[in-house]
Amino acid sequence: MTLYINGVEIEDTFAEAFKMWGARVVITAKNRKWALEAATKMTGFATSVIGCKCEAGIEGEVEDTPDGRPGVSVLLFTPSKDDLPKRLMERIGQTVMTCPTTACFNGLSAPDKVSIGGQLRYFGDGYQMSKVIDGRRFWRIPVMEGEFLIEEKFGIQRSVGGGNFLILGETPDVTLEAAERAVEAMQRVRGVVLPFPGGIVRSGSKTRSRYKFLIASTNDAFCPTLRGVVESAVPEGVNSVLEIVIDGLDIEAVEEATRVGIRAACIPGVRRISAGNYGGTLGQFQIHLHKVLEAA
Amino acid sequence: MTTLTLKLQPSVPVEAGVITPDHFLGKAPAEVADLPITVGNEQARLGDLFSVTGNGTAEIILEGDLARVKHIGAGMTQGRITVHGNVGMHLGAEMRGGEIVVHGNADDWAGAEMTGGFIRITGNAGHGLGGAYRGSRRGMNRGLIVVEGSAGNEVGAIMRRGLIAVLGDVGDFAGAFMTAGTIIVFGRLGARAGAGLKRGTIVAFHPPELLPTFRYDCVYQPSFLRLMLQSLRARGVPVKEEYLTGYYRRYSGDFNALGKGEILVYDQR
Repeated sequence: MTLYINGVEIEDTFAEAFKMWGARVVITAKNRKWALEAATKMTGFATSVIGCKCEAGIEGEVEDTPDGRPGVSVLLFTPSKDDLPKRLMERIGQTVMTCPTTACFNGLSAPDKVSIGGQLRYFGDGYQMSKVIDGRRFWRIPVMEGEFLIEEKFGIQRSVGGGNFLILGETPDVTLEAAERAVEAMQRVRGVVLPFPGGIVRSGSKTRSRYKFLIASTNDAFCPTLRGVVESAVPEGVNSVLEIVIDGLDIEAVEEATRVGIRAACIPGVRRISAGNYGGTLGQFQIHLHKVLEAA
Repeated sequence: MTTLTLKLQPSVPVEAGVITPDHFLGKAPAEVADLPITVGNEQARLGDLFSVTGNGTAEIILEGDLARVKHIGAGMTQGRITVHGNVGMHLGAEMRGGEIVVHGNADDWAGAEMTGGFIRITGNAGHGLGGAYRGSRRGMNRGLIVVEGSAGNEVGAIMRRGLIAVLGDVGDFAGAFMTAGTIIVFGRLGARAGAGLKRGTIVAFHPPELLPTFRYDCVYQPSFLRLMLQSLRARGVPVKEEYLTGYYRRYSGDFNALGKGEILVYDQR
């Protein structure tokens, strides 16, 4: 069965996604500028676990923050449960605690918890103090600016990483415009982040290489310049392919983001929407494009 | 809900530690009326002093001037007690959970050595609010007390954890020998606040007369206090916006003790 949206072919394929562990960090600050500054730094260089040890992104602004100040929520994901507190510690310690006026709160109600403020408190060198407010313990760490407040424990939960779809367009410009529209729509979905620059990947990868020292290499099947060289998945007339990768706190959120993203990306000049998978052999989740779109 | 209405005003103190949801739960009114109390130096039954109606749930309503009735809600772990009138000493002392609301005044030792739960007193509280009994090593250790009026001496003495908020004034030695926890006084602090303070926080909104063993640190905006004041607001405590966003003068002390405590004084710029 062939499915079209606005004349754009939706390939009958699936995105292959993986189990991850995720956390939600709420950063507040004196104003929106500084909350965003900390969140941007915290999610920097966190595009792919392949090279960055974690994947992270800004989920959105938070209206009702614990301290009533402007806030931003960040989602951070790692493949293993043990890695998550390490990455949170590194990033909160280096990018949120260092940022003027910020405070840092757990944003995820989950049975599994890891101690983050409870570890970062040692930066206070014995001068740290704690307060329990409404059953939640917070650490007050004296810093040169005043005091950094961080919640002791952060909830973590099983999550989904590597949801994706590919936009195959006639020109680089139209493909980028379609991707930008998709990202804009997907950013309104809670519980997901798009960890790559601007939410968009231009260098999608396959999980093998002819070089022994590389675990991933360019996704040659979707490289337009190699259409005549390899067994290509690029149809004639397609000259640019962009990928959108989605990490989410649960599969429902990733599917919802996939749905709204694809719908937004189907603009004139886009020939096909596809998705990246490994034949279903690696990932624990399969997000079938037709099924997801028909569910709407 | 079980309702106890005072039939006659006792002329001597009454020990009524059985007035807790834990004791009332699942009991018929007749069984509740049969619970033992001490009136002066004589044993009596709850029904001798109160008329009892209700169905034995974890909610208790008390009506009448109970200023001589002591230990109401003491040691309770669950449920809710609402008192329409004044209460005697030891209200909610050593309570571990649940909620007590008094629409009136409470005598001394309300919430003394409590380890959980919530006490709200719309009138005034006496001495030793959330404090430690003589000879005890620890006062209030978790929980929340809100007094809408004023409170007496030794509020939160030797307090270990929890929060006491007094909208009016407090007497002398507030937070004496505290080891942790927070006392927020929206009115005026009495003399020698924080004497022997090891750790913990006393927040004042009027310039207090501090002991010389406290040292001034700085003026700043404590993030945790904003959180704490917002939590009080959520419980209906009227907290001014400027208290949330304002600056506070921090004093460390008591340097006669460990010196890791603090008194935060709202900076009225």
